[in-house]
Amino acid sequence: MADEVILLDYWPSMFGMRTKMALAEKGVKYEYKETDPWVKTPLLLEMNPIHKKIPVLIHNGKPICESLIQLEYIDEVWSHTYPILPSDPYHKSQARFWADFIDRKFYDPSWKIWATMGEEHAAAKKELLEHFKTLETALGDKPYYGGQVFGYLDIAFMGYYSWFKAMEKFGEFSIETEFPKLTTWTKRCLERESVVKALADSDRIIEYVYVLRKKFGA
Amino acid sequence: MAADEVKLIGSWASVYVMRAMIALHLKSISYEFLQETFGSKSELLLKSNPVHKKMPVLIHADKPVCESNIIVQYIDEAWNSSSQPSILPSHPYDKAIARFWAAYIDDKWFISLRSILTARGEADKKVAIAEVEERTELLEKAFVDCSKGKPFFNGTDHIGYLDIAFGSFLGWLRVVELDAGHKFLDEIKTPSLSKWADQFCNDPSVKPIMPEITKLAEFARKLFPKPQA
Repeated sequence: MADEVILLDYWPSMFGMRTKMALAEKGVKYEYKETDPWVKTPLLLEMNPIHKKIPVLIHNGKPICESLIQLEYIDEVWSHTYPILPSDPYHKSQARFWADFIDRKFYDPSWKIWATMGEEHAAAKKELLEHFKTLETALGDKPYYGGQVFGYLDIAFMGYYSWFKAMEKFGEFSIETEFPKLTTWTKRCLERESVVKALADSDRIIEYVYVLRKKFGA
Repeated sequence: MAADEVKLIGSWASVYVMRAMIALHLKSISYEFLQETFGSKSELLLKSNPVHKKMPVLIHADKPVCESNIIVQYIDEAWNSSSQPSILPSHPYDKAIARFWAAYIDDKWFISLRSILTARGEADKKVAIAEVEERTELLEKAFVDCSKGKPFFNGTDHIGYLDIAFGSFLGWLRVVELDAGHKFLDEIKTPSLSKWADQFCNDPSVKPIMPEITKLAEFARKLFPKPQA
């Protein structure tokens, strides 16, 4: 029986973009279902009753939630081709550590930078720039976070790439000026078809941010 | 440090440190425990975890691994001979479910539990208690699904990743139950979890390191002092 793979996702989601990249790297055919997380369709509620969020990966009827968990799942199921996680346990632990850092620390200021004003905005900008610096230091001079090969942590961070232009605009800074190594890394990742196809257009994201700012009253 | 020397920086009261200790015990790994002093952070901790400056930190052959659930997975993968029990389930889907619930426990369940201790006034406490009740009920259902009739979340006869993730909270859960005058785990509301909790606490990898409830309660009073009336 052929694998049935469905992805419930919403076009601007940095988390969904990660999963799309991973599926593309593995050459997995899947059905994409555009799912507005504000709408809570019966399928979304059935597949992710706990968090009611996208992305949800549905493999032969069984849902897998949370993008980083999906990356590990995809790597373990389609293990015969392009490994996403490093094989060495220590390097794996480092990749997981930094992906966790991105979602626990980088994520909040990354949206507060366009959603807030005044003091809150200034604090978000300071924090965001600090985290960009930390992540650039973690990359060092390696071609990819995975070392010589593109992998899990590159996917985890590149998922946010479409939102970088919005962060720069509302944060009034330039990633290219402040973080040259990160810039080189993003350009290298953008040579991959899996990455380019997964990402949303940065200008479209900025338009979406304007819509969200109105919603939040910013 | 010798090539395979293992050190664990932590504290007896920490849920997260306990996870690492249980995993090490499960795999019969000898290690040196470096107890942190309450109220200060050692130089070694700051050097080994410069990003978060938190424990636990596992140092294996001079290389630090941080974040409790990441440490547990590392222990499982670095010591994976067939004679040692596997901590993560073997099937990718079961692994994904275990990881999902472990994240839920940290990001949702524990946050509610902690709000009981930090609640200002009875109204806030009531709301927090109701939330923990609701979330514990979800974990009761999750246990039934994950255990597949076996005694542990792992779906096997021995404890695993999700058992460790949740079980490490049982001491603190008991402290909160005593403080709030409310039981979250009992034979009527959560029959499966109740039975599981007993079996978990009596497991040979857990029993020697589960902190004493009275000692933990005393520590909780230090950490979460009651606001002066």
